[in-house]
Amino acid sequence: MAAEYDLWVMRGILSSGGYVPYRRLQRGAVAQVLGTGGGKGTRSVASHDEDTTTMGVEAARLALRAMPAAAPSALWFSTATPAYLDKTNASALHAALRLASGVPAYDFGGALRSGVGALQAALAGSGTTLVVLSDQRDGLPTSADESAGGDGAAALLIGDDTPSTPAIAEYLGGAAASDEFLDRWRAPGDQRDRLWEERFGETRYVALGQEAWNAGLKTAGLSVADVSRVVVVGMHGRAAKALAKKLGVSAEALVDDLTGTVGQTGTAHVGLTLADQLEQATPGEIIAVLSLADGADALFFRTTDALASWTPERTVADQVAQAADLPYGKFLSWRGMVTLEPPRRPEPQRVSATAAQRSEAWKFGFVGSKDRSSGAVHLPPSRISMDGGAVDDMEPAARADAQATIATFTIDRLAYSPSPPIVFAILDFDGGGRFPVELTDVDADAVAIGDKVEMTFRRLFTADGIHNYFWKARPVRRRVSPKSEA
Amino acid sequence: MGSHGIKDQVAIVGMGCTRFAEHWDKGLDDLIVDAAEETFTSAGIAKDDIDAFWFGTAQSGMSGITMARPLQIQNKPVTRVENYCTTGSEALRAAAYAVASGAYDVAMALGAEKVKDSGFQGLNANNAPNDGTARTLTAAAMFSMVAPAYAKKYGVDPDELAEVLAAISVKNHYNGARNPRAQFRREITRETVLKSPRMAGCLGVFDCAGVADGAAAAIVVRAEDALRYTDKPLYIKGLAFAAGSGSGLVDPDYDYTHFPECEAAARDAYQQAGITDPRRQLAFAEVHDCFTPTELVLMEDLGFAERGTAWKEVLAGTYSLDGEFPINPDGGLKSFGHPVGASGLRMFFETWLQLRGEATPERQITTDRTMALTHNLGGYPGEMVSFVSVIGTELG
Repeated sequence: MAAEYDLWVMRGILSSGGYVPYRRLQRGAVAQVLGTGGGKGTRSVASHDEDTTTMGVEAARLALRAMPAAAPSALWFSTATPAYLDKTNASALHAALRLASGVPAYDFGGALRSGVGALQAALAGSGTTLVVLSDQRDGLPTSADESAGGDGAAALLIGDDTPSTPAIAEYLGGAAASDEFLDRWRAPGDQRDRLWEERFGETRYVALGQEAWNAGLKTAGLSVADVSRVVVVGMHGRAAKALAKKLGVSAEALVDDLTGTVGQTGTAHVGLTLADQLEQATPGEIIAVLSLADGADALFFRTTDALASWTPERTVADQVAQAADLPYGKFLSWRGMVTLEPPRRPEPQRVSATAAQRSEAWKFGFVGSKDRSSGAVHLPPSRISMDGGAVDDMEPAARADAQATIATFTIDRLAYSPSPPIVFAILDFDGGGRFPVELTDVDADAVAIGDKVEMTFRRLFTADGIHNYFWKARPVRRRVSPKSEA
Repeated sequence: MGSHGIKDQVAIVGMGCTRFAEHWDKGLDDLIVDAAEETFTSAGIAKDDIDAFWFGTAQSGMSGITMARPLQIQNKPVTRVENYCTTGSEALRAAAYAVASGAYDVAMALGAEKVKDSGFQGLNANNAPNDGTARTLTAAAMFSMVAPAYAKKYGVDPDELAEVLAAISVKNHYNGARNPRAQFRREITRETVLKSPRMAGCLGVFDCAGVADGAAAAIVVRAEDALRYTDKPLYIKGLAFAAGSGSGLVDPDYDYTHFPECEAAARDAYQQAGITDPRRQLAFAEVHDCFTPTELVLMEDLGFAERGTAWKEVLAGTYSLDGEFPINPDGGLKSFGHPVGASGLRMFFETWLQLRGEATPERQITTDRTMALTHNLGGYPGEMVSFVSVIGTELG
């Protein structure tokens, strides 16, 4: 049936990127302060200037930059901890990624299962869909959720395998098992989940997981022995561990689920672990993810030859390795669990919706302008050139993906910040342009003139419920994992 | 086209200045009334003798009515002026040009700021609705970037530069201690400056101007009428103003070791006044010492030192009260604090006292030079407005 074979189009993952914030909480620090809680290892902590939207932008940038030939025809953003309700969060990602107006941007929100649901829908659908999963997990001080949770995001570019945009992993198929039962829940407005007795959830999840796993293997035409990498993800850690042992796979196939270092990143975790595995895998491997969230979803992929020539922008492993600890007190204040005395300076005023919309390319996309005659780069864009005075003769100058060098910097101990002091630098961009901007994910003592930095999308502050998104700069971190060196 | 100035066309014939302080017991209206009444008395005229008023305030009120209401000025031209921290100087520039044009015979410039009613520390700007992308640094942080840039460019050891900046602070406090209208009237030591808590970058508390309320005012008339009001008028030799385009913030060539807007204003003022060698022709200068590195760099921008040498001059005592070329004999912003609308006129007030020989004896400068300079800036390195005036006691 050669004709039928020709019509068959392989669909799968074209590129991926995982984002893990720079800061870590040592779980042991919880008990040191409060006498109980915590545990072993670390969890990732979103910076005070990050939320699920900004982390999603970072993950999406990594995935897109690793596959520059691909142009998403849709952007789907999923989180259980959205920055806004009613207002679409994906539209901020859409603007920050400078996607065309014709690309729809949709949120899949609310429930922890919406992340794997968005991924599954994209794999079953058509076109090139950028699926971005992001979550920020909270719990009351000393709770298991506080320690076991993590913050992070992942982006998976799903589409058809083509010569210019080859799939790095083919989607072989999968299966779901759904059931209505109460394990964890959160009322709108609450910052933390409430949990039913743990044993009940474990019983349900193990059964549902086995059901999805077996059905998925069948759909994908695989046997257990074919699977070389399996991750079981889910907020019910005990159920995930118990289920993993019942899958029949070898111990070597049960790969690191990142819970020891990053923590359980909720909606994002299925994507984050998948991205991590793709970055470590070789062509021809079968990767399975089994997600437990109000049911179970099993997805099976086979890595392709194209994986060998695909280079991730910044691996999850690198981000796990290059981190800095955050004191528990600061963690609590960043999460709003303790309220610190504010500086006696006025709080920022809310952003003007109209002004923000007019400057969308600048504010969200970090696009300045370049004088066509003199070449002078203006950040922010200017209609009239500072060099030669040419009027309305500018072309866009995108600098979000350019590196910059610190020309000089200072530390402001007076200015309003959710986490003072502010480190502020004058940046000279590769390709031209100077811009004074705040640094983030940085220890003030480690900054030096001449350091290289890169731009990162952040939430500067929130006033009147309006989040002020813009760009900051962070140090360019060394690439260490073998895959990044390729 | 050209900047011609109004040399010797307009004279200041009366001035007043409140004490600069945290005036918990005085509102903006009290400050305006106190400064205005002292100025009326100084010129020997009444409110009704004045034809037009310019009122400088950065954010203590809107419109000329903020001044007209407390002074009960009925149906006369009263205009509010705002131009960042040069607001007070701008009020005087407007009044002087109005008189020079012949539109009015007698005009008054009054600057006032009530800073300490906000409940916040430092100066705080009210921003227009915006897209949220403008930086939110304090002025201290912006100016703190000048010090390391200067040290690097001219090979000054950072510890030595810290001594230079401390010397500037010590000098200005020394002068302010001899001025009854200053906010801070205590001498300080270099150790105090060097050990003060850091505010931004290398700048400590004692590298920063204070925060105070205050008001100051001047009455100007045509030069030919001046002697009808006082036998010791001050003649305006030059009034220059330069606004940058803000391009220093985004121009990779800007290196934070000089303020082009100040250089431009100085050039224009010297040209108007016929000054070719400011350090030898002027008796002294009042400059905008908002932070110690600002005063250092201004010495070079205003032509009081060769590029890269001001730090040596500071250490040599050139700019001390008894030095070759005194800077900020009244104590500067350092001792006075910075009620934005009033500061520019407060600088003029010191020239009024010094050139007329009316400063307190312990800070009166003895010199046969007849001209002095005031310099006032607003904004930040890279994005600045600057004002420079030259005034003198003699015509010609």
